Amino acid sequence: MSHKSFVWLCLLPLAVLTVAFFLLPMARLVVTGAEGPQGLAGYLAILTEPRYRATLINTVLLAAATTVVTLIVATIAGMFLQRHRFPGRAVLIAMLTFPLAFPGVVVGFMIILLAGRQGLIGDFSNRLFGEKLVFAYSIYGLFLGYLYFSIPRVILTIMAAVQKLDVGLEEAARSLGAGPWAVQRDVVLPALAPAFVASGAIAFATAMGAFGTAFTLATNIDVLPMLIYTEFTLAANFSISAALSVGLGIITWFILALARSFSGSAVAAAG
Amino acid sequence: MSAQAGHGASVRIEACGKTFADGTRALEPATLDIARGETLVLLGPSGCGKTTMLRIIAGLEVPDAGGRVLFDGMDMTAVPIERRNVGMVFQSYALFPNMTVSDNIGYGLKIRGVPSKERAERVAELVALTNIFGLENRRIDQLSGGQRQRVALARAVAIRPGILLLDEPLTALDAALRDRLRGELNRLLRALGITTIYVTHDQSEAMELGDRVVVMQKGAIAQIGTPREIYFTPRSRFVAEFIGAANIVEAAIEDGHLVLPGGRQPIHCDVDMPAAVAMIRPETIRVTKAGNASLSGIIDSVSFIGDRQRLVISGASNRLLTVDAPNTVQVKPGERIGLSISPDAVRLLPPDN
Repeated sequence: MSHKSFVWLCLLPLAVLTVAFFLLPMARLVVTGAEGPQGLAGYLAILTEPRYRATLINTVLLAAATTVVTLIVATIAGMFLQRHRFPGRAVLIAMLTFPLAFPGVVVGFMIILLAGRQGLIGDFSNRLFGEKLVFAYSIYGLFLGYLYFSIPRVILTIMAAVQKLDVGLEEAARSLGAGPWAVQRDVVLPALAPAFVASGAIAFATAMGAFGTAFTLATNIDVLPMLIYTEFTLAANFSISAALSVGLGIITWFILALARSFSGSAVAAAG
Repeated sequence: MSAQAGHGASVRIEACGKTFADGTRALEPATLDIARGETLVLLGPSGCGKTTMLRIIAGLEVPDAGGRVLFDGMDMTAVPIERRNVGMVFQSYALFPNMTVSDNIGYGLKIRGVPSKERAERVAELVALTNIFGLENRRIDQLSGGQRQRVALARAVAIRPGILLLDEPLTALDAALRDRLRGELNRLLRALGITTIYVTHDQSEAMELGDRVVVMQKGAIAQIGTPREIYFTPRSRFVAEFIGAANIVEAAIEDGHLVLPGGRQPIHCDVDMPAAVAMIRPETIRVTKAGNASLSGIIDSVSFIGDRQRLVISGASNRLLTVDAPNTVQVKPGERIGLSISPDAVRLLPPDN
């Protein structure tokens, strides 16, 4: 056997797997999307049908808001945790990254325990103002759940990036007269930008596609994965759910590709 | 003192010590005056406290209680670095990777709110001064090590600081470039005439650049003096050995002579001592015929260096003696030779403690 054919033989399992479990289902999904009564126009329905369009916009906005707030919270916390040594630091980091271990259903459950009808927040507000504050089943509850889900992933990336920051850069900026805010603006944040792009893209993609939390909470709201689920299981509308799946995939893929073009290979590393 | 009239501020550090949080004593309380326009070099091996002292002057470290830092007589101890108006060049250069060369140089001016037109003029001046034409719009990762060093210097000087602080600015460069830039830096510092504090572990850098040199050892000042004083009249064995090459000789003194295994060497000392320590620089020893020399030894090895040759002599002293001989002297290993040393060239050192 020649060296070359040996290499091709080694690639065979990869090729089989790729075709069987990736290319074929993907192709089938794309074809199914165009097999509805409207044909290829089924894809257009994602944008023209008001309910689908509203859900799409909802989901993108929710994912974007989650990404921005996660980045802000995780940057401040990550910077502090990386730069300071104090008793209980290790425990705090462990707690902050603990949600990584939970599936979305558990996160949804925790949000209900916090802000649901029997939730802690409701109890408090009832005693203080005589009114129960319940937001677990709204888009705010979902937002909180996604935040809880995203912060650990982002915080770890940010902490690693902060560790690699050259303290000399900050000292140099200070020696040139820069106060604390100017140092952050001109030196620290630009140096962390690749980490923001990388971890932000992951947070966005996760929030776009998260299903468990949405399924547990979302009685009042539609997000894209929920819509796909209901169209598929309840309405048995195969072609629309396939079209929506392809749409979800393309948006998320586009955001990740955009992030990758900004930050080189850092996105893959952050995964 | 600088050739020009001095610019910038005078510096006084008063009883400045530094103990780190883990209890390590990085710097014993030290007091030091630096005149306006002077170039002072802090010299010593790594861990001697020289960088800590520089960082205290910069305002990046706070001295232990009781220590004070004064610029032009004003107490700056509590003033943070951003308001001390010091220019600093870091060993890693710490250039901002997200800015171009001109943005780096102009950063301190921008922070100070200098209008962009004036800023551009000042940046152009510094580009000319440090000879980095054509690099203005480059990113930092497109520069060579030597170019980075110049940009770092230009950036530090752009704000017209009262004091220029340099932390091993040439250490990151390769040897040939280091030698060339050392001369360039020397001319630039003289031209600026600004008060400069320069940290290095390289004694030839210290000699060439310093008006005065502070030799440091284990967190304390071992000796302060001009390069000549430090070289010719070291006050301790540590200073003698750290600066240049030195032969350390341990011998008894009798009748104004060192009594050595290879003979007797006259010195300027009237007191007899059973155990004295003396220093003799290799270039002060002349090679003569062994015949009737008062001190002689056997040549162990000969290394031809080009401008001179370095001989190692055994049997003359209690340990091997290094001699720098002219490159024309014809000698070979195994030969017995005489050694002629002027009494002026023998420096008695305090015994080790």
